[in-house]
Amino acid sequence: MGSNMAEQHPVGFQWVMEAKERGAKVMHVDPRFTRTSAMADLHVPIRAGTDIAFLGGIVNHVFEHDAWFREYVRHYTNATAILKPEFRDTEDAAGLFSGWNPEDEAYVIDSWAYNKTEAETAGGKHEQEGDVSGEQAHGAHGFSLRHGRPPDTDDSMEDERCILQIVKRHFSRYTPEMVEEICGCPREKFLQVARWMCENSGRERTSAICYAVGWTQHTTGVQNIRAASIVQLLLGNIGRPGGGILALRGHANIQGSTDIPTLFNILPGYIPMPHPQEQPSLDKFVELNGPKNGAWGQLKAYMVSLLKAWWGAAATEDNEYCFHHLPRISGDHSHYATMLKMLDGGVKGFFAVGQNPTVGSANTKLQRLALSKLDWLVVRDLHETETAAFWHDSPEIEDGELRPEEIGTEVFFMPAAAHTEKDGNFTNTQRLLQWHHKALEPPGDCRSELNWVYHLGRRIREKLAGSDDPRDRAILELTWDYPVKGPHEEPDAEAVLQEIGGRKADGSFVDSYDELADDGSTSCGSWIHAGIYKDGVNQSARKTPGTGQNWIAHEWGWAWPKDVRILYNRASADPDGNPWSERKRYVWWDANEGKWTSLGDSPDFPADKAPDYEPGRRDKGMDAIRGDAPFIVHPDGLGWVFAPSGLVDGPLPAHYEPQESPFRNPLYPQQLSPTRQVFPRPENPYHPPGGEPGAEVFPFVLTTYRLTEHHTAGAMSRTVAYLAELQPELFCEVSPILAELRGLEHGGWATVVSARTAIEARVMVTERVQPLEVQGRPMHLVGLPYHWGNRGLAKGDSANELLPVVLDNNVHISEYKVATCDIRPGRRPRGRERLELVEEYRRRAGVKA
Amino acid sequence: MKLETSAWPDSYGADAKPRVGFFTDTSVCIGCKACEVACKEWNRIPDSPKGFTGNSYDNTVDLGANTWRHVAFVEKRVPVDADGGASLVEAAERGGLVEEAGVNTYQEGDGLRWLMSSDVCKHCTHAACLEVCPTGALFRTEFGTVVVQEDVCNGCGYCVPACPFGVLDRREDDGRVWKCTLCYDRLKDDQEPACAQACPTNSIQFGELAELRARAEGRLAQLTAAGQADARLYLADSDDGIGGGGAFFLLLDDPEVYGLPPDPVDTTRDLGSIWAAAGAAALALGAGLAAAVLGGRG
Amino acid sequence: MSANGKPSSYYGQPVIKEPVWTPEIPIYFFTGGLAGASAGLAQLAELRGNDELARRAWAAALAGVAASPLLLISDLGKPARFLNMLRMFKVTSPMSVGSWILSASGATTAVAAMRAWTGLFPRTGRAAGGAAAALGLPLSTYTAALIANTAVPVWHEARSTLPLVFASGAAASAGAVAVAATPERDAAPARRLALGAAVAELATVELMERRLGKLGEPYRQGAAGRLSKLGKALTLAGAAVVAARAGRSRAAAVTGGALLAAGGLAERFGIFRAGFQSAADPAYVVGPQRERLAGGEARGAARRHASASPA
Repeated sequence: MGSNMAEQHPVGFQWVMEAKERGAKVMHVDPRFTRTSAMADLHVPIRAGTDIAFLGGIVNHVFEHDAWFREYVRHYTNATAILKPEFRDTEDAAGLFSGWNPEDEAYVIDSWAYNKTEAETAGGKHEQEGDVSGEQAHGAHGFSLRHGRPPDTDDSMEDERCILQIVKRHFSRYTPEMVEEICGCPREKFLQVARWMCENSGRERTSAICYAVGWTQHTTGVQNIRAASIVQLLLGNIGRPGGGILALRGHANIQGSTDIPTLFNILPGYIPMPHPQEQPSLDKFVELNGPKNGAWGQLKAYMVSLLKAWWGAAATEDNEYCFHHLPRISGDHSHYATMLKMLDGGVKGFFAVGQNPTVGSANTKLQRLALSKLDWLVVRDLHETETAAFWHDSPEIEDGELRPEEIGTEVFFMPAAAHTEKDGNFTNTQRLLQWHHKALEPPGDCRSELNWVYHLGRRIREKLAGSDDPRDRAILELTWDYPVKGPHEEPDAEAVLQEIGGRKADGSFVDSYDELADDGSTSCGSWIHAGIYKDGVNQSARKTPGTGQNWIAHEWGWAWPKDVRILYNRASADPDGNPWSERKRYVWWDANEGKWTSLGDSPDFPADKAPDYEPGRRDKGMDAIRGDAPFIVHPDGLGWVFAPSGLVDGPLPAHYEPQESPFRNPLYPQQLSPTRQVFPRPENPYHPPGGEPGAEVFPFVLTTYRLTEHHTAGAMSRTVAYLAELQPELFCEVSPILAELRGLEHGGWATVVSARTAIEARVMVTERVQPLEVQGRPMHLVGLPYHWGNRGLAKGDSANELLPVVLDNNVHISEYKVATCDIRPGRRPRGRERLELVEEYRRRAGVKA
Repeated sequence: MKLETSAWPDSYGADAKPRVGFFTDTSVCIGCKACEVACKEWNRIPDSPKGFTGNSYDNTVDLGANTWRHVAFVEKRVPVDADGGASLVEAAERGGLVEEAGVNTYQEGDGLRWLMSSDVCKHCTHAACLEVCPTGALFRTEFGTVVVQEDVCNGCGYCVPACPFGVLDRREDDGRVWKCTLCYDRLKDDQEPACAQACPTNSIQFGELAELRARAEGRLAQLTAAGQADARLYLADSDDGIGGGGAFFLLLDDPEVYGLPPDPVDTTRDLGSIWAAAGAAALALGAGLAAAVLGGRG
Repeated sequence: MSANGKPSSYYGQPVIKEPVWTPEIPIYFFTGGLAGASAGLAQLAELRGNDELARRAWAAALAGVAASPLLLISDLGKPARFLNMLRMFKVTSPMSVGSWILSASGATTAVAAMRAWTGLFPRTGRAAGGAAAALGLPLSTYTAALIANTAVPVWHEARSTLPLVFASGAAASAGAVAVAATPERDAAPARRLALGAAVAELATVELMERRLGKLGEPYRQGAAGRLSKLGKALTLAGAAVVAARAGRSRAAAVTGGALLAAGGLAERFGIFRAGFQSAADPAYVVGPQRERLAGGEARGAARRHASASPA
């Protein structure tokens, strides 16, 4: 679900095919019948943006048919915990949870905590208050546990305030009929999925869910994944071979770019970025962001080691290891917030490094208008992308809305090196890092990011040398001394990896994050990657072929943390440490040796912690985790069926309609996600929500997606002749019924219109797109691949021109996957006429822009 | 199983290698086109853009001088039992239901079929292109494959209409005929062809032909037992019109649905009668000339 | 089978490739046939002592063998490599065999023509004449074998009749040119040849088209249809003029000869284009194959049942 694995991860998909050959059932739930669906045993069409209803329906089915894995749920999840009496579910409060503050438009989450604990939301809450919303601290609570468990529990899980009963009640209306009504899925197909999942879970069997941006790119994106987590926890599929939830990652090293982040609000290893006011000291920062228990209990060690890696000898205990050199979050600096500030003239300069927002971001016109307000723009890429060329080649230039001579932005284009021209890592699904070796020198002036950033930093330091401004010390005191080699003075990427992997005081490499200390004796650029240079070997460069090892293939690459391939794999053994079944043996307790053993993976658990270990009241960190609690990054060591903290929009997923939808929410009066981030302004007009007058002007559901043949915003594929010829033009996919309805001709042209703009596409009439019956009427889908832009060999309009900016407030991801639109035959008008067409639509829909 | 061809292995003697080829199991093809791109990259084939064709996801169109691997896409309605007035959704629902037996479906679902298949030169046992080539540019390698020597070919074009599969074509700006070499250069270095290496699902399997044929039988039996009644092997037998293909396929429908001929024949099979007819006509011409000139007055 | 009764196809795309040959080729069919039959005409005329006719026939033969290689070389993708045609002698390739025949024809015809016009090489020339005449027979018919030896349905399925069409066409054009070029009182054999061959040409074309059945459609459609009709009309007209007045009128002889020759050329173009048309439509390739399979005449290339011991 929420993914199209065969098309977007074809190399990874070979393992799905192999599983299929061994008898696995493959199900694909997707608005279209894709190349993945062609290989699936069952394809279930679904209305875009209704995955929570579907998954909730599965939860409902699991309870109705008593198919949940009792022992697993009782011991390994927080289903037994009892909640506070103040807690209110969406069932009680018209689609909202308790704690909703309408003035702040945010939740106060205290009522979500376990009974008899106090939840401290630390970073997250403050991000909200400071007009910043975003990644919460990871279950950062200081709540105290009893024997390592929540203080108030009911092992029989019958208490009406225990989490299991709350969850059951929460999903009680997500019946198969409701799923059919909301999602448009034929009841029988939905039930087939539910049945197969239940039949294939338990002691002897496990089921896996694979997802990608089909789930994340929604205003309810994070809750989509939460819904899957609930399903998988109830069925006992997490931490077990053949189970789990796989986030399909690996495009453009997206996983690596969050691990060692290019995100404003986190530090390497998902440590939250400090706040200016609330965290005046390192210790306060640790106190507010680090739970006392679990793996995060060592936050100080991770933080100090990171600071030592960055500031080396200058970082001492006296100056709190240069903690104050770190930049502080002063607001929402996520991509869209930045672009909007840019639009209002508040940003001077911008680096777009391997990023093409004028094609890849939502509301691309807004992106270009924003760029036109900069003083300077630096674009690093392999080709002059649409972003680099926005000032002379764009829809606004074409339409005459903007003229190059009126754009004051000074644009610098710096050519980049391709992945074959540099050393480095990609991090994929399964948190696996695979090293790639440089094959040849980059041509001409092309340079790797590493080279560019390093030398930019070096030059800045040279300019600042001798300065006594305290602000400059942060840059001058950085360790910036990687060895360089070759004609381009390329920094040694392995040296950087070694710094990331961590060293002890004597210079030797650490084995794992357990060896990191908070006294400045260790340095480590990212605690989750600690040990990637274990034994002085680049572990991520290991390439023992699969034929030379068992299926776990532990000698290929390296996974964080600690080279654990299946996370939380303690859960593959029962509370006593024995495998749930011989068939699903993976990790188990060897009583003779007194340690955890595996078929070939690293146990994701302290090696010598016995299954019957119970923590004392004063124990902290990993010592506070019981011997039968696999989810060691949570302070209670439990899988969270209910999330008492960590998310801004609710402890449980609830179905809300997408921002733009032709339909009302039949479950709750609350139509849309209450915490979603909206930006109502003339450049970002929204369609009226489903059911409101004017919504019918854009009667069709629009979804965007990818094709195998192209890559993201197209700079790397539409510029390559062999790829450009495979899919040369933008096309839309519509059902024969919609084609007839709107007079569209297969192979002809169509104009797709939203309140933002109108674009044109070739028409592909296909039965792989079906109309669905939703709430008694037909729902028609217009599908658009989003790869095209006006530059390169394969040119076309950009699908993201049509989308508004509206974000999931947990992670600031926009709702690319669903909007509404109209479609008409023929090419779009040009120039002034295009603006007039869009204006006419806005008028009819009552949209002010 | 008769794998010998006219020039292999006999003419190679001790230098002959086992005959190699492709078994393309289209049932596991995911239509990713890695094979097309890998082939073009390895062989430095010019790009050949054709524009948006509307033929499902196939914008490559066909094999030719600049396309040696071509992925075909066919969208078909699987016949659903006639039921007057069934809505598209209902029909799809019925068509897509999977029996309790848990039949594994390939390229089918929702009452819809989406066939995907990577086409290539068949490296025929009886290769018409090779037989008709007047310069000897086309030859049989020690691996039993058929290769065009680009330094000999003078672009006479005879092989082009001789091929019953429409594989060969002449490169316009170049004048010579080009086609799949089964990566002859890679074979000599003990590597597998680029397309086989790139294929992520092992739809394209490379190896010794005898072994591939045996494997294909197993696969066909497996699919048939699982209820895929339309599965069939194509060009896997020595007694078909081309003597079996060095590259053969497992298809999920009639060959012509994929653009392949159902009964391809090596044209030189009829060479005997062709020459005989030409000879007879030549003699008739002689007789006619004689009658006209020698008979009658003056 | 698809819904409209036509055989299934892949988006209506051709199954085989159209030839890459250019118009030089049908012109070559004409010049080669002219050369081949003219050599025989010349040699036989000499045997009867008709040197006037013989000389002109040798000239026509020489013109034909001189033009032919130029046409063929021009059609090559890499003309500079034309000598590669003689790298080997390959019986399975009519083009290989024909290249050798044409080379030998060229040499022998040149010597024979030179003897006929200048008197040089008296003995070699006569031997060459005999050889040229003999070689002229396969020269005129191997081209039919060449195109029949392809996968092109309209050509391959006509493999038994096509050589007769080419043979009669060759004879008709030789006769036609000789009629036009030779003084009437010496041209009687040429007139007999032209008329007899014209009748044979029309008859064999008809036979070929009938035997093709449904595959004969391209001869009735499109460019091939038009050229074929034109060819028949011109042949008929030319024969009529030759029969009526070529014996008495220079003008009629020239006109009739020209019409007849043009008719032969048009027919060659018609056959050429028919091949292209039949290659372009998948129904012409798939249809006959499916019929073969339905009729049990062939097993086809597909097999649905796994076999323990495959063929």
